[in-house]
Amino acid sequence: MSDVANRVKKIVVEHLGVEESKVVDNASFIDDLGADSLDTVELVMAFEEEFGIEIPDDAAETIQTFGDAVGFISNA
Amino acid sequence: MSNQLMAGKRGLIMGLANDKSIAWGIAKALADAGAELAFSYQGEALKKRVDPLAAQLGSDIVLPCDVGDEASVDALFAGLQERWGEMDFIVHAIGFSDKSELRGRYVDTSRDNFTMTMDISVYSFTSVVKRAEKMMKKGGSCLTLTYYGAERVMPHYNVMGVAKAALEASVRYLAEDLGKDGIRVNSISAGPIKTLAASGIGDFRYIMKWNEYNSPLRRNVTIQDVGNSALYLLSDLGAGVTGETHHVDAGYHVVGMKAVDAPDITKG
Repeated sequence: MSDVANRVKKIVVEHLGVEESKVVDNASFIDDLGADSLDTVELVMAFEEEFGIEIPDDAAETIQTFGDAVGFISNA
Repeated sequence: MSNQLMAGKRGLIMGLANDKSIAWGIAKALADAGAELAFSYQGEALKKRVDPLAAQLGSDIVLPCDVGDEASVDALFAGLQERWGEMDFIVHAIGFSDKSELRGRYVDTSRDNFTMTMDISVYSFTSVVKRAEKMMKKGGSCLTLTYYGAERVMPHYNVMGVAKAALEASVRYLAEDLGKDGIRVNSISAGPIKTLAASGIGDFRYIMKWNEYNSPLRRNVTIQDVGNSALYLLSDLGAGVTGETHHVDAGYHVVGMKAVDAPDITKG
């Protein structure tokens, strides 16, 4: 697993309080990991802070799964 | 920074969302100074976040309140009346507008969103101050949060800037109405801070950079900065201050143009 993926996973596990094993590529934050609508905004803010990047709203809306997040950040 | 400036004082914090909230910076500064706190929240998603934060500051008074609903505001104050009887201060950190209108042109604001933004971001302060007045039998201090977008045009702030201008005006009228009873009413105009609410504002990172490069202190402010200034306004240190809009913005509001040493930045 890439460095980016590990760092994203750590944030997701800490923020949502989920088991690391559940944070897989196609795991949806809302449907599989129990995130509410505020969690998704907080996660995006945490990613921005961790990686020093800006994730615009329209991009944030496409980040539905753990894999989406890793993909977006890796290409940012 | 530990002190007992708020020992024996009780008050309500409205608008806490998470540990990035300006309301959190204020609540912590007040609790560290000995204040006893209650919190209000809107909806279960926020309750889940407010409960542990309140507990962290030794508070078990966490009550629901939808400031758009008079009955809900009444119920909140009935709850405080039951628990406390009297109170000394209130912190209002609430505002709302349709996110889609916090970008683009102000002139395109819809009537519905204009009305809703004014109701939630402006009238709610008057509405809670009116009720708090009855419980502030020994005088008190009321605080709300505003932004420089009330005074000058800021990118994307749009209808919220108009609402904040009305909020600042209402602070002055409330200060006059309640001053005779020893109740002070002030606002803090905080510089941009990356909170959950700020995530709704377009180009926020650019705005933060601009403030960092161009404010006299050459930095952004933190929720601790705002908390410490709130402590001054809510404690007896601010006893002679009312009707004020106090800028906690690293001095940005005095600046007339881009700092000569500020790097050129482009929107990322």
